[in-house]
Amino acid sequence: MSNLDDLYREIILDHYRSPRNRGELPTPPAHKVEGFNPLCGDDVVLYLDVRDGVLVDIKLSGHGCSISQSSSSLMSAAVKGKPLDDVNATIDTFKQLMSVHSAALESSEAESDVDLRRLGELAALRGVVKFPVRIKCATLAWNTLRQGLEELAAS
Amino acid sequence: MASGQRVTSFSARRVRGDIPLLTRVINGRPITFLDSGASSLQPRAVINAMSRYYELHHANVHRGVYQTANEATQAYEDAREAVARFVKAPGGGEDIVFTKNTTESFNLLAHSWGATHLRAGDVVLLSEMEHHANIVPWFQLRETTGIEVRFIPVADDYRLDLTNLDQLLRGVRLVSVTAMSNVLGTKNPVAQLALAAHDVGALIAVDGAQSVPHGPTDVGELDIDFLAFSGHKMLGPTGVGVLWTRRAVLDTMPPFLGGGGMISDVTTSGFTPARGVARFEAGTPPIAEAVGLHAAVRYLEGLGMENVEEHDRELTVDALTRIENTFDGRVRVIGPSDTKDRGGVLSLDVEGVHPHDVAQVLDEFGVCVRPGHHCAKPLMRRFGLAATARASFGPYSLTRDTDVLLEALAHTLSVFH
Repeated sequence: MSNLDDLYREIILDHYRSPRNRGELPTPPAHKVEGFNPLCGDDVVLYLDVRDGVLVDIKLSGHGCSISQSSSSLMSAAVKGKPLDDVNATIDTFKQLMSVHSAALESSEAESDVDLRRLGELAALRGVVKFPVRIKCATLAWNTLRQGLEELAAS
Repeated sequence: MASGQRVTSFSARRVRGDIPLLTRVINGRPITFLDSGASSLQPRAVINAMSRYYELHHANVHRGVYQTANEATQAYEDAREAVARFVKAPGGGEDIVFTKNTTESFNLLAHSWGATHLRAGDVVLLSEMEHHANIVPWFQLRETTGIEVRFIPVADDYRLDLTNLDQLLRGVRLVSVTAMSNVLGTKNPVAQLALAAHDVGALIAVDGAQSVPHGPTDVGELDIDFLAFSGHKMLGPTGVGVLWTRRAVLDTMPPFLGGGGMISDVTTSGFTPARGVARFEAGTPPIAEAVGLHAAVRYLEGLGMENVEEHDRELTVDALTRIENTFDGRVRVIGPSDTKDRGGVLSLDVEGVHPHDVAQVLDEFGVCVRPGHHCAKPLMRRFGLAATARASFGPYSLTRDTDVLLEALAHTLSVFH
């Protein structure tokens, strides 16, 4: 069951059982953005409170599998209170991690290109790349966050 | 015995030996294939028939005069006859239209028969447990013709609620229902619905995608007007499906797709469609697939569909009992708990575990199940579910498969709790 242990790390199960930053924020001032995975029916709703270039607060709700829900919870913990430049860099780094080929992951060469320190606890999700169909579960919240930030920038 | 002529014998163990894919080892364990509801596995007889066709007989059909062209045409038309026999179509192969799959069959039904026979305000009556293939084409037709689409509700016991059927049937021109739910396993009272439909002058179409592969089908006895099903769910190949209808109805249906093979004449000012089923089969049809489907039909006839149905029932009774006894409510089966009029589909709801995670852990045990909404979102909404993990049986399934399923489900619960 080594592959499974890689996927369902304790920290992932912890965030699945006890998701952080769950809830809603009043809109406005917060911005609400929804992400949806039509294939499996998973959804994520983010409330983003951005002030003076800083993501002051983030709340989330939604339904889905352990990977999508823990990824959104871990994400919220990682980006809350951070300047938008940092948030965007973390999104890039996480998406980079999710695009590392699983064979390359074994050799850990490609992974060394990914700034794991920036990811912190999020690095626990790196086992997901061994399960290609689950990558979209892990990236749902991140794509939704990026969409929300782009909407805010455009408005 | 289905035909009363053919000697049948059934041994799931022997069927298993006929399926090459069941020799696969997944994650170090023999494959436990429990996804026949999505697509069945093929016996060697089907694979070999298709190989032989390509090696020795392939040519385009209904065109050439050379020998292999005749052989290919004959093989394709023989498949039609075999399929007609399999569902006891009274008009024989001339009433069998080959499509790509059940979905295309329903699209043909809606866009050919529906578009020419239904007007604004006419009602098409579906059920809440339909597959999207028997919902979306009707909504599409609604956009162009203004028909009304109505649904027979599903009761809390996972069966159709027919208490208000008379009211539901008002203004109905077509009843279109599944014979067996791909999510719940519920088998619907098709003959009763056919009688009720005909009483109000409506026709009835039946989705046989799940029922035809798992038991005897007799369109005359059911007294239905249309039957749609897929080859790949009945041990046949992908890429071939069937729409059966009575000749009298067929003759009132215009072509849906235009092109080669479906015409009797084309000039620079217009075209005349071919007579019979040919006008629904534009372009080169799935010839090898029809040959494969023929082989699947012969294989199933050899097993005896009554035997297949009984085997399915035994596996279902056993699995339902053991799931209930083993998990004490932590694994729920979304579907009827009594096995009368119920097929071998087990939609599982595992306490506190998302179906995708269930399927992921099960894969580690080599167990193949299907997580998701099963293309039946109205039904899932009805029961407040986003998804289930569905296990479904085939004629090659054994109680051993259920053993592994239970072991893997127990592990799933331990991972997440």
